[in-house]
Amino acid sequence: MRRIQLTGASALALAAALAAATPAAAENVFRWASQGDALTLDPMSQNEGPTIAMNGQIYESLVTRDPELNLQPELATSWEGGNDGWVFHLREGVKFHDGADFTAEDVAFSFKRAMAESSDYKEQVSSVADVEILDDHTVKVITKGPNPILPNEITSLYMMDSDWSKEHDVETPQDYAASEETFAVRNANGTGPFRVVSRAPDELTVLERNKEWWGASEFPGNIDRIEYRPIKNAATRVAALLSGELDFVLDPPLQDLERIKATDGLGVKTVAQIRSIFFGMDEGSDELRSSDVKGKNPFKDVKVRMAVNHAIDKEAIKRVVMEGLSFPTGMITPPGVLGNTPENDPPYSFDPELSKSLLAEAGYPDGFTVQLDCPNDRYNNDEKICQAAVAMLAKVGIKVNLEAIPKSQHFPKLQNRETDFYMLGWGVPTLDSHYVFAYLVDGEGSWNATGYSNPRVNEITDLIATEMDVEKRTALIDEAWTIIKEDAPYAPIHHQVIAWGISDKFDVPIGADDALRPRYIVAK
Amino acid sequence: MISFILRRLAQSVLVMAVVSGISFSLFNFVGDPVNNMVGQEATREQRQQIRVQLGLEDPIITQYVRFMGNALSGDFGLSYRIRRPVSELIFERLPATIELVFVSAIIALVLGLSLGVYTGIKRDTWLSRATLSISLVGVSLPTFVIGIALIYLFAVLLRWLPSSGRGGVVDLGFWQTSLLTADGWRSIILPAITLSLFQLTLILRLVRAEMLEVMRTDYIKFARARGLAERSINFVHALRNTLVPVITIIGLNIGGLIAFSVITETVFQWPGTGLMFIQAVDFVDVPIMAAYLVFVALLFVTINLIVDILYFVIDPRIRLGGS
Repeated sequence: MRRIQLTGASALALAAALAAATPAAAENVFRWASQGDALTLDPMSQNEGPTIAMNGQIYESLVTRDPELNLQPELATSWEGGNDGWVFHLREGVKFHDGADFTAEDVAFSFKRAMAESSDYKEQVSSVADVEILDDHTVKVITKGPNPILPNEITSLYMMDSDWSKEHDVETPQDYAASEETFAVRNANGTGPFRVVSRAPDELTVLERNKEWWGASEFPGNIDRIEYRPIKNAATRVAALLSGELDFVLDPPLQDLERIKATDGLGVKTVAQIRSIFFGMDEGSDELRSSDVKGKNPFKDVKVRMAVNHAIDKEAIKRVVMEGLSFPTGMITPPGVLGNTPENDPPYSFDPELSKSLLAEAGYPDGFTVQLDCPNDRYNNDEKICQAAVAMLAKVGIKVNLEAIPKSQHFPKLQNRETDFYMLGWGVPTLDSHYVFAYLVDGEGSWNATGYSNPRVNEITDLIATEMDVEKRTALIDEAWTIIKEDAPYAPIHHQVIAWGISDKFDVPIGADDALRPRYIVAK
Repeated sequence: MISFILRRLAQSVLVMAVVSGISFSLFNFVGDPVNNMVGQEATREQRQQIRVQLGLEDPIITQYVRFMGNALSGDFGLSYRIRRPVSELIFERLPATIELVFVSAIIALVLGLSLGVYTGIKRDTWLSRATLSISLVGVSLPTFVIGIALIYLFAVLLRWLPSSGRGGVVDLGFWQTSLLTADGWRSIILPAITLSLFQLTLILRLVRAEMLEVMRTDYIKFARARGLAERSINFVHALRNTLVPVITIIGLNIGGLIAFSVITETVFQWPGTGLMFIQAVDFVDVPIMAAYLVFVALLFVTINLIVDILYFVIDPRIRLGGS
């Protein structure tokens, strides 16, 4: 009996004593969390969101984007393109964290490193033939043909020091097959506004302000120290924000936003994300794998694809499933990407009667059955969106069997083209329609599991890859989108919304690419 | 005794082989790691090439034999996710899990034993009844609910303790501990309580049931009749005889604590092996999953072995029957 009381009392006393021992902060420390950690500090071995975000604070690219996603000079002060490549004029007086000068040689080295077999950035530089050093602070990136969007493609191609890389034997990115890890996985030497103080993967990464940074006087940011701790569990992540342990949460769950708003000292910011959510319909196969229709493929008929589009009530999904946080659309690319226009963006009308008559005209008055493949751990409320769509399609006679599975199982189905009907979301890092056409619409596109192939659209995809005349190029892009709207290989649902939870103590400009830009963060 | 241990060892090896084989074949169904390893721009040819490089195109039997061959020489390969040697990662994460389990086990043992003895002896007091009712919560609520509730109460509302993370880690060279700083203790309290709750309840109820049984036996009655002190009867005669089944359960449960700290570690972002395993599953990080499952199987097999040997030491009757 006595022992029990003692245990209880001493535990309470201990808790109280420990609670009092919180250290005081003397500088502007920005503590934040999101779900996943950077996978590596090697800026070219993983082309993945959190990794790019972390490395982008330490390393810099030639060209970057501001919070409004406009192209901005970073390590290059200006650039001009021609039919055989792009000339970049480099910023002078820039130093790496170890004190070495940043020169044209480092740029040439970094491009070549990105072109290496083991690099995950090969595709971004696939148009590059060579890099020519014109003088210490001028380089010419020679392309295989005209490439109008090269600057857009290299905004996360970070510059590394050639001497440092040679010294530490990391002249190429880490190879999967190699049995040894490399120095660059755990160490970094960039030119960026922050340098690494300590890093424990999946636990805590501490960065501190680089006092020698060239941009110190050009940007409003006044953060001295960044503490990043990934917190996998969403409820815990939000709790850490609510309890004041964090100043910023990049990815709070949508259902917790009201709670965050209602807490003193915290606020929420939202913006339309550069990511659209849509369904793909396999029109390429002769027969669907999961349908009761044998010997032919209903999705081959554009009337059926239109029927699917008109059967889905995008506004209802926004209202009920997304709690208002989505932008219903008729395109598979969001505003902010060159090619999204107010004419094409509005969704196909919600008209179940039209759907039914279209199905009847196509020869399916009683509808048909099909399986919908859907991820359950990738996009905002992905599985719920699919469930809602299943119910809506059932009302016009299309009986959908829903298969919601983790992304690691879902995406291989798309890549192997083993799906009839599927959900996909697509972000556009280059902010140019070419990125959408090349992967999703072109007949050969590696993420185009619809089998859709329109000769004119394929032709335009090739043309805009090399067309340097901006007006001509924009006209071609518009033409392609108009054709896609009529052919309807996809059923667009909405553009996703980004929501950030932020302490009132900081002014953090939100970006539609979900990237944190610490150089703009102001502690009040 | 030696033949008994040898027989047990042979069985253990068999168990290990079967467990690792089954778990390895399950990885076929987890998904495709390559998809998570490269950016969305990678072409199909590039993905295919990586698959070949990693040996994922080989038959599962070939992959298993290769894995076991390397594993026997201590090489578990590189993590697909963080690209570092798996054995190194596991040893880096192990201190966090072991410390969490250690503190949880202490809480569960001390509270479980003392409350078990108390409720066993004083069956009808209000405190006994209350303890038993509350302990039902410990077994019936899922761990993550308890964890989130504790976070909500102590971190969000009261702001006494941190909601997540390990905090205040001191590097001793061979071991990174958080038990030497106030910050570290603040961080460990909530996850340790969460993890211990189920075991605490189990031990409490087991000790209580055994105590009730033992108290009814003749030798206790004789001890009373001889006028021995209550304290001596309760703790020396009664408690000692309840310990055999309790040790079995405790032994197995310490293994369980380590293996199933997965949920607690995820809720509290405790950087131990459990959290690492969950992240590995999300990413289809096969080298980590395989190594972790082998590690856990090894743990259970070892603990079982130790428990069997402890029986020998504690209870002479088993010794006679066994040999």
